[in-house]
Amino acid sequence: MIEVISDSRCIDCNICVEVCPTDVFEAVDGGHPVIARQSDCQTCFMCEANCPADALFVSPLAGPAPAGSPLTDETFLASQGRFGEYRRWLGWGYGRRPGSLQDRNYVFVERIRRAAEVGEVGEVGETNGQPRPPGHVPHPGS
Amino acid sequence: MSRRRATPAVVPGEVDVLVLGGGPAGTWAALEAATRGQRVALADKGYCGTSGSTAAAGNNLWYVPPVGSARQDAIAAREVAGGHLTERQWMERVLERTWDAVQTLADWGYPFPVADNGEQRRNSLQGPEYMRLMRRRVRRAGVVILDHSPALELLVDPDSVVTGAAGIQRQRAGTRWAVRAGAVVLATGGCAFLSGALGLNVDTGDGALMAAEVGAELSGMEFSCQYGIAPAFGAQTKGLMYQFAAFTDAEGAELAGGLFPSGLLDVQRAALRTQVYARLERAEPQIRQAMRWSQPNFFLPFDKMGIDPFTQRFPIRFVLEGTVRGTGGLRLVDDECATTVPGLFAAGDAASREPVTGAISGGGSHNGSWAISSGGWAGAAAARFAAGRPTGWSTAPLRPAGGPGLRPRGHHIVGPRADDVVAALQSRVLPLEHNRFRTEQSLRDSLAVLDSLWSAVVDGLAPDSSDAHAVVRSREAAAMLAHARWMYRSALSRPETRGVQVRDDHPDTDPALVHRIRVGGLDRVWTAVGEARPDTHPQARVPGALAQMAAS
Repeated sequence: MIEVISDSRCIDCNICVEVCPTDVFEAVDGGHPVIARQSDCQTCFMCEANCPADALFVSPLAGPAPAGSPLTDETFLASQGRFGEYRRWLGWGYGRRPGSLQDRNYVFVERIRRAAEVGEVGEVGETNGQPRPPGHVPHPGS
Repeated sequence: MSRRRATPAVVPGEVDVLVLGGGPAGTWAALEAATRGQRVALADKGYCGTSGSTAAAGNNLWYVPPVGSARQDAIAAREVAGGHLTERQWMERVLERTWDAVQTLADWGYPFPVADNGEQRRNSLQGPEYMRLMRRRVRRAGVVILDHSPALELLVDPDSVVTGAAGIQRQRAGTRWAVRAGAVVLATGGCAFLSGALGLNVDTGDGALMAAEVGAELSGMEFSCQYGIAPAFGAQTKGLMYQFAAFTDAEGAELAGGLFPSGLLDVQRAALRTQVYARLERAEPQIRQAMRWSQPNFFLPFDKMGIDPFTQRFPIRFVLEGTVRGTGGLRLVDDECATTVPGLFAAGDAASREPVTGAISGGGSHNGSWAISSGGWAGAAAARFAAGRPTGWSTAPLRPAGGPGLRPRGHHIVGPRADDVVAALQSRVLPLEHNRFRTEQSLRDSLAVLDSLWSAVVDGLAPDSSDAHAVVRSREAAAMLAHARWMYRSALSRPETRGVQVRDDHPDTDPALVHRIRVGGLDRVWTAVGEARPDTHPQARVPGALAQMAAS
């Protein structure tokens, strides 16, 4: 969940307010936006991706970070290079190349497809003694 | 420095085509309608460009070149994997349409990677990049984008033709909006029951509830028990990299033989009795950097936690992805993505994807291609429908069709609270023991709870109308509850294990049940036998090469 709006980095552009798909932030006249509804945060990192000032930190926890957690400590997080981390991977921001140019998902999809073909010889239909009907393949997702 | 953002769009009173939902299906629909010269508006619950499953998670595509027998092979493989509920003609159309649309994305400048042979590899789309591009194209096409404008209900004319929608602007003090439209495309996504799966909390099934209120039918709702893997601390349900995982139980004993993804069912069963751990130990060191570049949002949470997932084992959990990465949704009645209700079209995860995914998940690839294809078809058909309507629609009196969670029917002094309704229904749909491994008894027990909740919601769930977020939450609670009941009634009507549905009391696949299951209704949920053996429909075309041989 979103934990930190950096006081020193935020430029009050309110882009986070605009782009958050679950409307977690609220703009404040003459000041930084605030985290108004943290419990609605779905930890999707889209605010981090779109923050031009690298001012946001979304903790990877599905719930709020416990009191005193380093995941809420701006100084510590900054020392670890945690601000703007997702943007660097995406290659968003001035002078960067899109990270998607390095996308090798096709390698990993192909690897599964090949494994499945091999697996069909004698393996589909039975695993660990549990009968499985043909066609039962829980998909790994995206 | 203080910067004012662009003023939000003014809500148009009337458009030709109104698209609800701004993910891939909605944006492709809006573009297709706009290029036909129609006035188009797109309303998103969140923000078009970041909202929904695709923007947050990204997806691979079902993307097969028109070379040799590649497409026929892909289709044949899916027919078997999909439990013979797919339809060859739909799959052919989707493969063709996806191929063309991806060329369009390349023309627009989507930064596809280039393989060693110098060719672009175009079968994966990184979510933030893809949806940022789609938003730009939609804006450039002149579509009015209404962000943070959840639709609450459909508007119908005196002939019960869908003629617009109404909703709320949650960043403008809850101002209500209403747009009259010649046709409506529902691209509101599936329903993941606020499980927290990556990017899916906007997917609460709102569109299907609105559609059911005007009589729309659904199909395939029993195939709604797809679970993603997430590290236990978070909710990053991206599964592809777990092909490199060793799964272990609390004592450290390895689970399943590493068969992926089919071995996951055993891991899920083990999760009923033990904390399951994973470690990506099977990834050779030389490919680890490529894994990171391919799915940065998979690794980001581990980096932030200071966990090295290649060398440290970490606890995992299974998070429901519902119909988003399941299959079920609004039943389409023709090639144009029309629903059973005139004026209402459906696309993407809001529609049943049985024609291309069958009984198994379309997550990760088929759903991505389906969103592109069905979005385009629905947008074009909605534009044609609007253009062909008698002119009276723009002055006809309209009736708002919304009920449960919006307009309570009863006069209870104290109705249920939306948060309590959500918690109660989640307790029946989120746990693996109720939803992943189904039995008649557990389904009936769940339905008893859910049906009673439904009565309470219909009679008394009344949002505080001065609080925009409360209004939306109330409607979402009703939509999720409707989905839970459709899902479990459909599951009861399929007493067998097929595709993603596992019935522990019926572990075999029943050859007599090679048909789809239709479902609908709100107060009284009904099910009926749908299309039988669609993949061997007599109209199925003979593969190209065979047809040529027969003709020569």
